[in-house]
Amino acid sequence: MELTDLTIAAARTGLAKRSFSALELADAHIAAAAKARDLNAFITETPERAREMAGRSDARLARGEAGLLEGIPLAIKDLFCTEGVRTTAGSHILEGFVPPYESTVTANLWRAGAVMLGKTNLDEFAMGSSNMTSHFGPVKSPWTRRGDNRPLVPGGSSGGSAAAVAARLALGATGTDTGGSIRQPAAFTGIVGLKPTYGRCSRWGIVAFASSLDQAGAFARTVEDTALMLQSMAGHDPKDSTSFAAPVPDYAAALGRGVKGLKIGIPKEYRLDTMPEDIERLWRQGIDWLTAAGAEAVEISLPHTKYALPAYYIVAPAEASSNLARYDGVRFGLRVEGETLDDMYERTRAAGFGAEVRRRVMIGTYVLSAGYYDAYYLKAQRVRALIARDFTEAFQRVDAILTPTTPSAAFAHGEKTADPVQMYLNDIFTVTVNLAGLPAVSVPAGLSGDGLPLGLHVIGRTFDEETVLGAAKVLEDAAGFVARPY
Amino acid sequence: MAIRGETGEWEVVIGLEVHAQIVSRAKLFSGAATAFGAEPNTQVSFVDAAFPGMLPVINEVCVSQAVRTGLGLEAEINLRSVFDRKNYFYADLPAGYQISQYLQPIVGKGTLTLDMPDGTIKTVGITRLHLEQDAGKSLHDQDPRLSYVDLNRSGIALMEIVSEPDMRTAEEAGLYLKKLRSIMRYLGTCDGNMDEGSMRADVNVSVRKPGAPLGTRCEIKNVNSMRYVQQAIEYESRRQVEIIEGGGTIAQETRLFDSRQSTTRPMRSKEHAHDYRYFPDPDLLPLVLDPEWVEELRRALPELPDTKKARFMREYSLTPYDAGVLVADRETAAYYEAVARGRDGKLVANWVMGELFGRLNKAGKSVSDSPVSAAAVGELVDLVADGTISGRTAKDVFDEMFATGKGARAIVKAKGLTQITDTGAIEAAIDGVIAANAEKFEQVRAGKDALLGWFVGQVMKATGGKANPASVNEMLRKKAKG
Repeated sequence: MELTDLTIAAARTGLAKRSFSALELADAHIAAAAKARDLNAFITETPERAREMAGRSDARLARGEAGLLEGIPLAIKDLFCTEGVRTTAGSHILEGFVPPYESTVTANLWRAGAVMLGKTNLDEFAMGSSNMTSHFGPVKSPWTRRGDNRPLVPGGSSGGSAAAVAARLALGATGTDTGGSIRQPAAFTGIVGLKPTYGRCSRWGIVAFASSLDQAGAFARTVEDTALMLQSMAGHDPKDSTSFAAPVPDYAAALGRGVKGLKIGIPKEYRLDTMPEDIERLWRQGIDWLTAAGAEAVEISLPHTKYALPAYYIVAPAEASSNLARYDGVRFGLRVEGETLDDMYERTRAAGFGAEVRRRVMIGTYVLSAGYYDAYYLKAQRVRALIARDFTEAFQRVDAILTPTTPSAAFAHGEKTADPVQMYLNDIFTVTVNLAGLPAVSVPAGLSGDGLPLGLHVIGRTFDEETVLGAAKVLEDAAGFVARPY
Repeated sequence: MAIRGETGEWEVVIGLEVHAQIVSRAKLFSGAATAFGAEPNTQVSFVDAAFPGMLPVINEVCVSQAVRTGLGLEAEINLRSVFDRKNYFYADLPAGYQISQYLQPIVGKGTLTLDMPDGTIKTVGITRLHLEQDAGKSLHDQDPRLSYVDLNRSGIALMEIVSEPDMRTAEEAGLYLKKLRSIMRYLGTCDGNMDEGSMRADVNVSVRKPGAPLGTRCEIKNVNSMRYVQQAIEYESRRQVEIIEGGGTIAQETRLFDSRQSTTRPMRSKEHAHDYRYFPDPDLLPLVLDPEWVEELRRALPELPDTKKARFMREYSLTPYDAGVLVADRETAAYYEAVARGRDGKLVANWVMGELFGRLNKAGKSVSDSPVSAAAVGELVDLVADGTISGRTAKDVFDEMFATGKGARAIVKAKGLTQITDTGAIEAAIDGVIAANAEKFEQVRAGKDALLGWFVGQVMKATGGKANPASVNEMLRKKAKG
């Protein structure tokens, strides 16, 4: 077996037994990444740093001081600030920006012994569902449709991270999820993607898109691996006022819980008329797998679901328009000189931001403007509260909720890009979760008619990642998903 | 201030928004230092410079300072308040927004009393007090082409304290600012140094015919001295009356004070044409205060000027005016009280307010760096009270004390200034003066009282000022009667 095919759990065992060294493991991934540059998964590869970190991991392994992720090579979404390593957020406007600080989540990972392979490509400022909006070019999914070689999107915004894990360029990767940016690419690339509860991981040092929705999470090829990742990433951070002050439970221990006796909610509003038959079939299959494992499926209603996308596309751009005001050419990143200060701002931001970012900044500015605030932003916040209440009420009856992750399999480069609303519809099953701040996971569970991966989506109660992971493990075992790209 | 225009009297209506820098070692949402006068950009954290991924964390000290100020203004403390973002672009506003409190401030309605010169009290309503960040500073005079930015101020905690439009004269506005500053200094929540920018005021002015509804107001931004506030009000109210009486109307606008000409002028429209797009800051949770904690702060408040003034009037028999002057400054009040305790409060007030303040003013010093301690003044007052020296001599002694820092008793002893209480010695001196000026004394005997003062002076001169002038006067009168 190739070292790059290992799971994180298996690699830990191998490293502990000294079957191979952390340096060998790192080198195997460095080589794999170098061979797979056509995917454009990485914006910045950091092989020297990877080897140096792996060397230190080997020393700690030798001393018996291994951390939870000791020697595990990971890819980091280029939205996490990494000290001394250029951080781009997929944007031209951060050109030349090298953070003098390390994000809390990545610092936690390094403390656990993980090794950084590089910074992965993403939609600009995490705004997108295709990874087509990156200033550094689109990411190509390692998957193709059966009998069709056209390049497909890996999903977004964490497309580079998902592609890297799916293509065996990293054992795991970090992502961020504002409206589905971990779960949708995980579903598109046939891997596991976990978005924890809002507040579970610190946002400190992550380039902000929409502060009330952004949450860091993990990609890996198994549910157990994502649990190990989350274990190391999560925790209270006094530097983030919205981070949750409570101990982090043992997620790996929750994997064996199963679903026996649990009630699994099936939201009737998620049955779309336009949903492809293979998605519909997968969902039914998922319900069968869980009931076979001892769960009871219960139909539930989340009546405000249809307002989720419009509400999301008001709240997220509103926050983004304000969060992105700091990219003004004054202190860091790109500056295009102008005649006056305003002229410099306009030239810098016009040159630095791509079309999708400009669109969202304008939408956000509009919905916060005097005279429109009540009609848009305030109303969207009310809708958001109603959506959260839908879930609270549902979780009085059920322990977790099962839905498909996406309404379709991955699409090709160039598809759906003409109409932003078509693109936004990709997030239809995932945005509600961000609006309510809940934990959710996408598990690869089957293939579409043309051979592309499809994901099932388990949503849990606030800070109940354990039930989510337990149910995801049952689905994973039942699905026995072994399909690989190429 | 009623302004007399061509059409009769106009009433001026004034409200103030004061920006007061909170006394705190760290900024409102970052750990960077706040000391005044540091080298540019040396007190800036990545949060203050709005680097990517940086997040604000509220400084509890600043919250308690705002609550204490609110309590000092007898205001409602809102146990739940919300931080909002006020969005606008400027080079010295790194994040592109200022974190402030818009709809739900930490402090609600309160009151502040003005001590009017005639001894009466006027109450001014406080509308609200909220917490916000300061911006940095743009320096336009360092380079002919470029502007420089100093972010040391960026993120420093400010309290914006908004008054009701309850003031009617420039003088009242001045008294309001002084009183507000006095309360904040008592509390240690703002040092009130207007010349260092730690207290600035936006002045809202309108005029109306007495009894009429409020007129359209103009806001004069960022006035940074008490005198300028008063000048701005005087100019602006006259300007408005002239416009209205000339048939014009007042445009609601933001104006700037020109300190060189003592006038106001409209800001260029670009300078204020902002739609701030306020919305709750998603990086911060609502600020929720524990009522117990607020009560603890309330219990620990120092005695504030109004309470102290009432007590001074009661305990030291002071007039409202004297008490008001003495309590305006916490150090002065403490100084006065250290002297007055166990002495004649009225007498001590005369010494402190007359003799000490006069000399301090001349020397450009404040009570806290007075060369004469409270104990030393007490000693001097005692020497006068027990007749050891005359009041006249005491003033000379005080000069010496002020110049050298020596004690009153030591100076009196070293210079032999002890008052002559031996009537025999005084009588001998009187007799000597009368003998030398027999003719004049005849006139006194004949009833020319005016000359008596001259004789007192001569005797005082003969005794080197050590005689008690009252006894000299009395003895001369006796001798004149025969």
